[in-house]
Amino acid sequence: MTTKIYIPRDSSAIGMGADSVAKQVLSVSDSLNKDVEVVRNGSRGLVWMEPLLEVETESGRKGFANVAVDDVEGLVKSDFTETGSRDKSVGLVEEVPYLKNQERLCFARNGITNPTSIEDYIEYGGFRGLNSALDLDGKSIVDIVTDSGLRGRGGAAFPTGIKWNTVLNCQADQKYIVCNADEGDSGTFSDRMTMEGDPFALIEGMTIAAFAVDATKGYLYLRSEYPHAEEVFSDALRVARDKGYLGKDIRGSRRSFDIELRRAAGAYICGEETSLLESLEGKRGLVRAKPPLPAISGLFGQPTVVNNVITFSSVPFILANGASAYKNYGMGRSTGTLPIQLAGNIKHGGLVEKAFGVTLNELLYDFGGGSASGKPIRTVQIGGPLGAYIPEKDFNLKLDYETFAAAGAMIGHGGIVVFDETVNMASMARFAMEFCAIESCGKCTPCRIGSTRGMETIDKIISGENRTANAELIETLCDTMLHGSLCALGGMIPFPVLSAIKHFPEDFCLESHAAMATA
Amino acid sequence: MGNTEYQAVVSSALEKHSRTEGGLLPILHEVQDALGFIPSDAIDLIGKTINRSRAEVHGVISFYHHFRSHKPGEHIIQVCRSEACQAMGAVGVIENLKDKLKIDFHETTPDGKITLEPIYCLGHCACAPAVMIDGVPKAKMSVARMNEIVDELRIKHDD
Repeated sequence: MTTKIYIPRDSSAIGMGADSVAKQVLSVSDSLNKDVEVVRNGSRGLVWMEPLLEVETESGRKGFANVAVDDVEGLVKSDFTETGSRDKSVGLVEEVPYLKNQERLCFARNGITNPTSIEDYIEYGGFRGLNSALDLDGKSIVDIVTDSGLRGRGGAAFPTGIKWNTVLNCQADQKYIVCNADEGDSGTFSDRMTMEGDPFALIEGMTIAAFAVDATKGYLYLRSEYPHAEEVFSDALRVARDKGYLGKDIRGSRRSFDIELRRAAGAYICGEETSLLESLEGKRGLVRAKPPLPAISGLFGQPTVVNNVITFSSVPFILANGASAYKNYGMGRSTGTLPIQLAGNIKHGGLVEKAFGVTLNELLYDFGGGSASGKPIRTVQIGGPLGAYIPEKDFNLKLDYETFAAAGAMIGHGGIVVFDETVNMASMARFAMEFCAIESCGKCTPCRIGSTRGMETIDKIISGENRTANAELIETLCDTMLHGSLCALGGMIPFPVLSAIKHFPEDFCLESHAAMATA
Repeated sequence: MGNTEYQAVVSSALEKHSRTEGGLLPILHEVQDALGFIPSDAIDLIGKTINRSRAEVHGVISFYHHFRSHKPGEHIIQVCRSEACQAMGAVGVIENLKDKLKIDFHETTPDGKITLEPIYCLGHCACAPAVMIDGVPKAKMSVARMNEIVDELRIKHDD
């Protein structure tokens, strides 16, 4: 009987040695004449366990964590029941509390299926959303998405249904669906995991969007830092075309839609939607002034839906199960679930999909198990390089767009970067300004010049030059950037800087001073 | 342009993408994937073919961090500088690399073996710090392991 083994092809798993383990499993099984089939699945998101090798048994899939090449011989010899001297068994993977205590809607299939097998995708509930959409007109699809309360998962949290409705109501010969897969925020990898682990979910979501607004052409703007995602997604596109899920007359609907994968080129700013559109048009990624909104005049001047990967991949569940099934999750105006990414100095880093309303404490300690170093967690940065640093006293905050906004923070794309007590917040503040200086598109002055001046001024504070006066200067500079920048890069880089000074003045050798109350 | 290898690569990239709407990035990627960089000689030909000025094409190349105007070393080490990696010791890995290779970011060792580049997030933030070596990700990097990898890369070249 063939033993079925799963070893992720997710690039983080590869970074931990999954390719070598897979190779070794095949070679050892071959030399021992064992009948073994290796499936390269996506990642379950239990990243600290990677490479997580799973074996199919009668009672379910059993896992072995952190499998190394020299564990393989023992595994194969024991018919995948033990690793030998070092016990690496985690038992039934589905029963691992980290996974069991999640609410996986977007990530229901990740780690279970072979990412490029459309048969696997369908077996595990794929295309049910699309099948529902095939019977509906555009307006009805848009209404369902609006009712679900789904908001953009890229960071801005704009209601998806309202955006789609704007595009639907525009008259144009050509409309576009653009997927923003330029996941540049540090601490985020849910887009990458989706593209590498469940790419058909994204294809299905984009296709539903196309049917909703009557678009026939889609683009996936994928960052160049993700070569593995590019490989898997390209394969998935080919398979979808072959099986009639993309192209002309999709599933006998007489509707056509296809997706072109475009590789980005390492500019953080191109995650901003108008800059992304410029880049897709073959130009420098300079931010456009809004209005006009991309929904009205977007790619090549045509009405364009621009959404993040997770926004699109949330849509199939909503169409398959109805708006209220999705709305049942979450709190307040933050409906549904968010794939949260635990990153940085965290013991159990990985992907946690939970309904909105979960607290930071639950995420950091119940799921995350505290810091990786074992030292106390001092602060977390949420929402990427433009997100505020949150001190420990606020770890009771519930993940909810409005709660976070009220606390001067943002959820962004759901990445939580954890720092232990060894972090120096003055260097993190300086890094924020430096990052902005490197990544600014240069179109508006507050961002282009402000970031460099900010970096220099923080350097002066660090070296002890007129600390209080320079801290006040930083505050007014941040005020200018916040109000005078064209987009969120210059407009939000003040958040990490000011929150670092406000909550950790000792790192800047500053007295906690009243001037920072505005931060 | 003098070099026929360049010419063939650029012509084939243009043939493939010159009619693609907004296809300048795909053209540039095709050229860099094949050559490791975009030779300045290629700019005129690209511009003429897609009806954009030399300045426009140059402007696009120089805007994006991914595109190189100079030939890189035989091996490319890309190190993540982002916050999640910093939280796990990326700064130490980077400083050590610069010391060991005796070069700064965007530079190549004098023997042409290794180019060092910063990168802002490889998406391995849950197993940081991360580097990518010739397109292969390596997670949970340490100073000691990085040293071993560099030594291996140097030997590889001498083979």
